[in-house]
Amino acid sequence: MTIIQVEYLSKTFGLLPALRGLDFSVERGESVLLFGANGSGKSTLLRLLSGLSKPTAGSIRIGGWELPREAMAVRAQIGLVAHRPLLYENLTATENLDFFGKLYGIKADEREARGDELLRQAGLDRRAHTLVRTFSRGMKQRLSIARALLHQPDILLLDEPYSGLDQAACELLDELLAGAKHAGRTVILSTHQVARAPKTAERALVLSGGKIAFDGPCDRGRLAELNRDAPKA
Amino acid sequence: MTTPFLKCVLAIVAKDLRAEMRSRELLSVMALFALLSILVFSFALELDRAARAEAVSGVLWVTLIFASLLGLNRSLAQESDQGNLDALLLAPVSRSAIFVGKFAGNSIFTGIVGLLLLPLMTVLYSMQMLDIRVIFTTLVGIVGFCSIGTLLATMTVHTRAREALLPIALLPVALPFLLTAVRATKGVLNGAPDWQVWLQLLAGITVIYVALCLLLYGFVVEE
Repeated sequence: MTIIQVEYLSKTFGLLPALRGLDFSVERGESVLLFGANGSGKSTLLRLLSGLSKPTAGSIRIGGWELPREAMAVRAQIGLVAHRPLLYENLTATENLDFFGKLYGIKADEREARGDELLRQAGLDRRAHTLVRTFSRGMKQRLSIARALLHQPDILLLDEPYSGLDQAACELLDELLAGAKHAGRTVILSTHQVARAPKTAERALVLSGGKIAFDGPCDRGRLAELNRDAPKA
Repeated sequence: MTTPFLKCVLAIVAKDLRAEMRSRELLSVMALFALLSILVFSFALELDRAARAEAVSGVLWVTLIFASLLGLNRSLAQESDQGNLDALLLAPVSRSAIFVGKFAGNSIFTGIVGLLLLPLMTVLYSMQMLDIRVIFTTLVGIVGFCSIGTLLATMTVHTRAREALLPIALLPVALPFLLTAVRATKGVLNGAPDWQVWLQLLAGITVIYVALCLLLYGFVVEE
């Protein structure tokens, strides 16, 4: 069952085209690796899919709802892990999750239970009551994923989530992603490093110059080949 | 599914208050600036009692507006610097609820500074500032100013020169508040009969600005 349907999607910043006529669909529960060099349009595509940005042309349908016209219905289905952690530095990990839980209309007891469970999965249960400003980059990234999963979205969008993480943090992130995949969530993860393609990814969408250069099974060898041949931004 | 308006507003206000209680980034800077400002004006006007009586409402409002500018910049920078504005926009909440939450938080911080200033100015300027009519006028003016301030600070926060750009964008738009608030406060302090007219005008402008900001905020935050 298709959960994301993108047709002729284009995005231009001034005169500069970032995405040029993308056409693809993603099935419910599918795990997709969005691969491409810096400036290939990965972040732009994820912002468009999350409803934070409006397309210049073309259409996006998420779970049958059209963006940006029906963005309010789509928002509850999306969890986004962006470049920046999207967390409040002067709140603790628990307070951050509680705040975002309130914004997503989650009831108090459920908020607490889900927050505790996600902090445990992210390995942050011991630092639950510590201010986020004291966290390392890796801890913020894990908390950011916990925040994105808090409202149990159907779709999880991750923009370069491995950047700046050490090996242990990367492994923990892999576990969280495997958990999301196991829970039946659709995962779209962007990266520019072949080595960081998660094992859970079944399909690769390779962007080059704002166009889809490859859409097929996630094979690291093939991705490395495409990466070598791709024009640099 | 949309989160109820009031719940969202309360969550944002509570979050801002909690974060401020921890960091004291906004209130300390605003209060310190306001204190220094009224002290400087107090020394400058010390020898001329008549001029002091004439200028005190102007001193109050100029101090409040500049202190508020400092707070508005910091408040929105806290949302922008870690990308938190995106996190708010990702949630299934109406844009006007986000605006009201931020605007209410900014009004509370500026209101606290305003309420601290009044007793201090009573002592320094030997004027009866702790009058319920002055307090009411101050709070109405702060609400109005913070509404347009929150909107414009949201627009300028993504720019590199936001500290300079916000006053340039905000002060001309805030002129109606400054004029009516100064006249209403001065009217109360000097016992002028027309203070109520100025206060009504100030309240009217505040209502119009708040309504406009509610309508425009969605356009401002959408790309």
